[in-house]
Amino acid sequence: MDITVFKSKKLVVVGLVLLILIWLATSPLYASSSNIRLLSTILMYIILAVSWAMFSGPTGYMSLAPAAFFGVGIYTAAFLYARGSPLLPLPAVIVAACAISFVIALLVGLVTLRLKGIYFAIFSFGLIVLLGLIVQYWENQIIGRRGQHVVAEGTETVFYVMLAILVATLLVAYFLRRSRWGMAMLSIGGNEEAATHMGVNTTMVKVFTFAISATFMGAVGAIMATRWIYVDPSTAFNPMYSFMPVLMAVFGGMGQLYGPVLGAAVFAYLERILRREFPAYYMIVFGVILIIVVLFLPGGLVGLIPKLRDRLRGVIAKLRKGGQTEQHANT
Amino acid sequence: MIESLPSIIIGGILMGSIYALIAMGLSLQYGVARVINLAHGEFIMIGAMLTWMLSTSFGVNPLLSVAIVGPFLLVIGFILHRTLFTSLRTKAPSQGAFEGSSLLIAFGFIFIFQNIAILIWGGDVKAYSYLNFPVRFLGTTFAANRLVAFAFVIAIGVAFFFFLTRTRLGKAIRAAAQDPATAGLMGVNINWVLPLCFGLGAFLAGLAGVLLSMSRAISATMGLSYTIIALIVVALGGLGSIPGSFIGGFILGIIGSIVSFWQPALSMIVFYGIFLILLLVRPTGILGKK
Repeated sequence: MDITVFKSKKLVVVGLVLLILIWLATSPLYASSSNIRLLSTILMYIILAVSWAMFSGPTGYMSLAPAAFFGVGIYTAAFLYARGSPLLPLPAVIVAACAISFVIALLVGLVTLRLKGIYFAIFSFGLIVLLGLIVQYWENQIIGRRGQHVVAEGTETVFYVMLAILVATLLVAYFLRRSRWGMAMLSIGGNEEAATHMGVNTTMVKVFTFAISATFMGAVGAIMATRWIYVDPSTAFNPMYSFMPVLMAVFGGMGQLYGPVLGAAVFAYLERILRREFPAYYMIVFGVILIIVVLFLPGGLVGLIPKLRDRLRGVIAKLRKGGQTEQHANT
Repeated sequence: MIESLPSIIIGGILMGSIYALIAMGLSLQYGVARVINLAHGEFIMIGAMLTWMLSTSFGVNPLLSVAIVGPFLLVIGFILHRTLFTSLRTKAPSQGAFEGSSLLIAFGFIFIFQNIAILIWGGDVKAYSYLNFPVRFLGTTFAANRLVAFAFVIAIGVAFFFFLTRTRLGKAIRAAAQDPATAGLMGVNINWVLPLCFGLGAFLAGLAGVLLSMSRAISATMGLSYTIIALIVVALGGLGSIPGSFIGGFILGIIGSIVSFWQPALSMIVFYGIFLILLLVRPTGILGKK
């Protein structure tokens, strides 16, 4: 009985995911273009949050590097897809952004992942600022022009590319979680020394997962550059693009794959509303939410679900009991 | 280059003394209270902006405003740690989990403090003039406010050194830095000492803000760059060491002043380069304990 329940449950989940994807894929047919832009932004945050959680969730290494790889993607597009003289077609630009982010993350990972806990967090944060400063130096001193223009892509193109990256991110994240590789990552998060003794090649697992997660961040950056059209170091290497995905993933909860997805979707929408309604206060509200979540919701939204379910079950059981006694009384 | 070398070095030492003050605060907050306070620079910003407001609106002498700004930030820091971080620390399953969560809370502080400051004071750059006359010093010329700031930092550093090594409370703080749990068993009131250290860190950040506002332009968004400098100095000098903070601060100040003489646009890149290399080679710093 358990197996059939499990199988049907799995079918329901797959069906649901497919339905959502079909809804997303067909949405440009009927939704307004401003809504499509909002959806692209939400997808961007989902990809960033999921790819952050892919590495930092199981291993417990707090990476603040998303903005760095996001910026690498943006500047890859600025080089290869410059307005007036694009060197490559769009798909090739995205692939190049993936490859460059992957290689940089591999190099950074090889040197830094031996750093423990908090030092790694600080280093990865420093990486954003360092890359930003280097690009700024290069623009100011060597080419003498601040900011770059990128070929403008249509709202729908940006949206579909974003959707494709999202599907790839979710698939990779899903299979990573279920594989031996995912187990190895969890064991690193649990106790790295013990993991080494159990025969896990911890360095390789950490470095490659870090690089894979960076790949998606780079891809998102490249496509976002074609929407922003004009980019400069302070918008491309903005630490906010590290803080927000971390906040979203923590808010959603990292116990499940859909946690960061949920957190990012809720938060990206919230950002849009707060920005429109309270432009002066919305960052303060964000800060307060972050603190409340860390203090009172350590499992995130996802952590709430089993609690709520238990409570609901209790209520239902009580109701049933009540109903039964009533029935007895009737008969 | 050679003729201007003394002025470059002395300029670096003057700047480095403020870096040392900033780093001492962060070092207390992380070394004892175990909070990587990425909002450290925001406390500096609050100190600087308050001083600016007191000086331009109420005519308070910036050096006297230390007596207002310092205790104000000490209380805020104490309350923040006593309420948020203490409950987080007692709930956290491990030291690593606590450090990760407290880092996130510090981000929350950055958002909150910075935007409250923008609401109150606006986002533009501010400056005022105080003791801004030239003084000849060791054959070179400097603004008087920078020399005053230097003397101030040295006095604070010496006072703190003796506070930590000679007083009973200082001993309790050092014990808590080594091992909070054991210190608690030995009768140190951990739930009081750790918040106090966090408050003292905010206090030192506030003083640095006061001194910075006398000689530099300030703004509501200045915080993060000083947080980064504090992290670099702590990485240079080692965590929890006051002489280390001074050595690290002076080294960074001198390097910064040499690089900005030769190629101003490169100075932050060089800071970062040093920081990242140091983190990799020797994460515990020059004087840090293993």
